[in-house]
Amino acid sequence: MRLNPASMDRLYELMIMAFKYQVFLCPRPKDLLLISYNHIDTIRELVKETPVALNQVEEAHRKIIEVYTSLSEGEFQLLRQTLLIFLQDSHIRVSLFMKNKVQNPNGRFVLSTSGPVPHGIEVPGLIRMFDDKGKEVTRSEFPTGGSYTSPIREGSFELHGDRVIRLGLNMYTVNHPEETHTSKAAPVKADDTPNLLAKEELNQLARLMGSMKSESTPKSEPGFRINLFTTDEEEEEEEARTAGGAGEPLFGVINIQAMQDEQFATQLAQIAGQFADEGEQSDNPGSSSNKGDDLLDMMDQL
Amino acid sequence: MYHREKSIQIKNSASSLYNNLSVQRIAPRRLTYFTVVHANVVNMVSASWDGLNYSHRQLQSKEPNVATSTSLIMQAAFCVLPSRDLLVVTSQKGIQMYESDGSIMVYWHALDTPETPTAQAVFARGISAVWQNYICVGVSSGSILVFDIPTKGSNITLSEVLEEHKDPITDLASECSGSQECIADLVSADDVGNICVWKSGEEFQLLNKISGFDMTCSSVKLWKGTVVAGYGTGQIRIYEAVTGILHAEINAHARWIYSLDIAPFSGLLLSAAEDSLVRVWHLTLTPETNSVEVAHLHNECVTDTQICGAKFCDGDGYAFAVTGYDLSEIIRYTQT
Repeated sequence: MRLNPASMDRLYELMIMAFKYQVFLCPRPKDLLLISYNHIDTIRELVKETPVALNQVEEAHRKIIEVYTSLSEGEFQLLRQTLLIFLQDSHIRVSLFMKNKVQNPNGRFVLSTSGPVPHGIEVPGLIRMFDDKGKEVTRSEFPTGGSYTSPIREGSFELHGDRVIRLGLNMYTVNHPEETHTSKAAPVKADDTPNLLAKEELNQLARLMGSMKSESTPKSEPGFRINLFTTDEEEEEEEARTAGGAGEPLFGVINIQAMQDEQFATQLAQIAGQFADEGEQSDNPGSSSNKGDDLLDMMDQL
Repeated sequence: MYHREKSIQIKNSASSLYNNLSVQRIAPRRLTYFTVVHANVVNMVSASWDGLNYSHRQLQSKEPNVATSTSLIMQAAFCVLPSRDLLVVTSQKGIQMYESDGSIMVYWHALDTPETPTAQAVFARGISAVWQNYICVGVSSGSILVFDIPTKGSNITLSEVLEEHKDPITDLASECSGSQECIADLVSADDVGNICVWKSGEEFQLLNKISGFDMTCSSVKLWKGTVVAGYGTGQIRIYEAVTGILHAEINAHARWIYSLDIAPFSGLLLSAAEDSLVRVWHLTLTPETNSVEVAHLHNECVTDTQICGAKFCDGDGYAFAVTGYDLSEIIRYTQT
């Protein structure tokens, strides 16, 4: 897959803004490590089928732990400040960020004055005064201009563990509110009609194989469309943008056609029919009133 | 209590560095100078009090014989001495001292950089004029360089190196009340929160060491013998300098504090942090009972901005100025 220079520039800008977002909003300087571990955990998932690559990722992770665990907060802050200098003055707007309300139309990231404070920080609002023996004599509160809450638990700095922090996770798969808010896991919906779903799935498979005419579907579709990423919205936006000839596409678009091959489907059906003892059902796909059970019967007869 | 005034635009955005704003009032010429650091450049603005004239200047970090430098600047600060004013710029390579209008560089001190680069960063950070004729600058090794400044000319010499801190210096401050009675002249803070209190002289004397709690003290001030320190935990702690007694602790901010300032005539305290908030407090010292009272007066929120510099523009605290990471302006507030 090759991108033209303009698309490559866009990809780079997207990466820079995502990185800037993570470094800018990093709650404590040493959370840069937790964000990095989120990155590494994701990479580990991607290569888990390849032992050689997996070992290398593990080794890299171990080395990072070895080198960086002993740094002080001050050193992490210096690291972060240096990264921020590199990222300074980039204000490219990213549609995903704007949709998630983490970036403003002027390109600046949103800094919330509410939510949990980072781990190790006290909730603002308290003034304590002591006498010269060190005993607390007065305690008073002041208005903070925000609404802060207690910190949530700290993430794990080990090789494996719950990092807790949401920065560094894949923003395309995780639909979460702004990272300083804790989000509850959505309740898992129980599937009330498992049988119906399974039946429909088998119908779909049969249709794809070409053993069934697609009259039973409400509207016939000439082919099917795979989208490997949850970028439907972006693609629609993109179409809307380029339709009017307003601008050139932001993303390189690759079209893959996977049409049903009629001849191939017929042959496949014939082969399938040979497995059946009687063999009548597969020759006459339209006759059976229980069209949905065609494939089930076929499989039963194997 | 305060309202926002017209901002001053600067040529570059401010970098995320502690205490990234320095202000000097030139009363005879009815001007105020501001400096803001951006990567390897110091942006200087001279603003006339009537708000009509602004002039800009940029200073680069560089050794005298080198055309350009990519050395990052850590801090720029005005140093006001009885006889003269200087602008000191500290970077990864060394220390530059300019006439306070930025026109001429009068002194360059190179830092000892190792032959082969090590994992430890090398830089100078923490600047303060002390007493009559010293300028002190901190270094990443924890040392504090004491320079002897003649009343005029460029015959500046390194008088002493104070070795007490073991971690990079973050900030230095001298007694700002103008009082002659205070014993302590200088306070220094470092990356792990240790604070040292010094008396200046031909040989500086360590009066007290206040231990940190493994959290960076990013900004420190000394006023009437009281140390006011801001930490990465968002807390402000107020100590008696010479004894180290903790007078007060404020859970002031939800993120790292980047800048503190005190208006010496009124006892107003300014704190600013990465949480986008600037807070104004009032300190009352009662010598008889040896107590300090803190009252909160005012908040200003600079929306979506991690603040990196905040300073009063005058000794009463009538006005203050603020800089933020990635912001190309100096925001000003004055009392209503």
